[in-house]
Amino acid sequence: MAEVKLMKGNEVIAETAIRCGCDGYFGYPITPQSEVMETLMLRKPWEETGMVVLQAESEVAAINMVYGGASCGKKVMTSSSSPGISLKQEGITYIAGSELPCLIVDVMRGGPGLGTIQPSQSDYFQATKGGGHGDYHLIVLAPASVQEMSDFVVLGFDLAFKYRNPAMVLADGVIGQMMEKVILPDYTPRRTKEEIEKQCGNWALTGKKNRERHVITSLELEAHRQEVFNEKLQHKYREIEANEVRYEMLNCEDAEYIFVAYGSTARICQKSIQLAREAGIKVGLLRPITLYPFPMQPISDLCSKVKGFLSVEMSAGQMVEDVRLAVNGRVKVDHYGRMGGVVPTPEEILVALKEKFSI
Amino acid sequence: MELTDIIKEENLILKKSNLLTDNVMHYCPGCTHGVVHKLVAEVIEELGIQDQTIGVSPVGCSVFAYNYIDIDWAEAAHGRAPAVATAIQRLHPEKYVFTYQGDGDLASIGCAEIMHACNRGENIVVIFINNAIYGMTGGQMAPTTLLGQVTATTPYGRDAKLNGFPMKITELLAQLDGTCYVTRQSADTPAAVRKTKAALKKAFQNTRLDKGVSFVEVVGTCNSGWKMTPVDANKWMRDNMFPKYPLGDIKDI
Repeated sequence: MAEVKLMKGNEVIAETAIRCGCDGYFGYPITPQSEVMETLMLRKPWEETGMVVLQAESEVAAINMVYGGASCGKKVMTSSSSPGISLKQEGITYIAGSELPCLIVDVMRGGPGLGTIQPSQSDYFQATKGGGHGDYHLIVLAPASVQEMSDFVVLGFDLAFKYRNPAMVLADGVIGQMMEKVILPDYTPRRTKEEIEKQCGNWALTGKKNRERHVITSLELEAHRQEVFNEKLQHKYREIEANEVRYEMLNCEDAEYIFVAYGSTARICQKSIQLAREAGIKVGLLRPITLYPFPMQPISDLCSKVKGFLSVEMSAGQMVEDVRLAVNGRVKVDHYGRMGGVVPTPEEILVALKEKFSI
Repeated sequence: MELTDIIKEENLILKKSNLLTDNVMHYCPGCTHGVVHKLVAEVIEELGIQDQTIGVSPVGCSVFAYNYIDIDWAEAAHGRAPAVATAIQRLHPEKYVFTYQGDGDLASIGCAEIMHACNRGENIVVIFINNAIYGMTGGQMAPTTLLGQVTATTPYGRDAKLNGFPMKITELLAQLDGTCYVTRQSADTPAAVRKTKAALKKAFQNTRLDKGVSFVEVVGTCNSGWKMTPVDANKWMRDNMFPKYPLGDIKDI
């Protein structure tokens, strides 16, 4: 039964994981996302659904536990925040290189280094361009509400298994910490042994019986064979780019200027749009929901109708590079951002728009 | 007498385990890995648990263990095999899960993972090959390298002031409440090979008793890395490794 509740974004991650039939969560405490594991430990899903929850000794161990669980075709996940996600990069590239499905939640905080515990969006590059070594991509979903924290846990797992590729929910500290109304999904039972066999039977580690042995590895010493595998991965990414782009457009029909923003910044931009329109400036919002694959085409399509794009991010300007690639010089693209955990106000975003585009 | 008269089941005195594949091993002649691989295959076969066993191979010379033993395998990142095995075992409690790791993998880069898997009392088997050197990368110092031992990164011999001391990781792990069986064996004589096989069998059987980590160290040779003949390497191991790393059970509860 769908249930309506008032919950914190981080709590919703945990609650949805239990409800969508997740087999295992492996984590390590870090602000501002520690409520994910705390909620799971309090809920004791091992008694309810049989879901395994384990506090690992480090983020490094946690992501390698995810690697182990995913190797068995199980629905497994981890969550962390920026410095912890940096530690996980080794495991993430192994997961990508072994084509394993899993879900990684990153509730971003400001950096570099230990940085701050306040919200940030300064890990866009890390999330969308690979993050670890080697040519690979995660499927990256950017929730802008507590509801989407729930929705994207479900969607993230679905896409991860559809493409045998790690998926990431890239939230920021605001979305993780804020409370909103959420419609929680119905309970989906964890997959049975037979269902896992059906879904992942040609690769998962289930014990060798009446078949060739299964080996989960990302190692190939012969260069030409490794290149063939790299080409296979790239083919998969082109397929993801063709099929899985998700975005939302708001007030774009008559807009002369477009904010491009994701996560909590997209919510703030909605207020900026209202203020702008009250002042007679026609502004719209394009909110990428998938950061990888990035909505290149929708941005490209807007170029003939608008005077410019302002990428608004809590970073020094990262997503703006993808906006520029999509626009390819046809109209002006600029960036406005705050860093270090400072959240921009709707008013200052509007001021930035006016200044940068001489309105 | 025809050949077919000789090749008969009743005349069989030695047979390669059915679980050992026909792939040509990449290990150097004289290396201990080949013998231990054979023992692992035999133990799994004799226990009849091929379809219930999942191995986790390390980074190092034995990274390719999955090419030789015919079971399902996950190849872990360097040092992370105990974390990988933890999840596999917890999600597959009915299975037999083991890691196979060298000294660089287990005692250096993977020190945290092995420590905590042992401390949590994961119901897994850990097979630890200690040959006091990094083999695959060309013979550099390992945590277990002996004082004075010459390696590619200790060209004047391991100096305690410069490089620290040989690490008795197995004794450290035996201190943890999560380990149930900790033993150190070797594979340099037929008798030692038989003892190692018995230790491995016991370790796998412990899985069903749900008592925690069973840890089998095998002190081995890396004659290529040590730059010795296999015979000399065995002698050097007995003269130098065994005094530092004495053989026998350290813990059995």
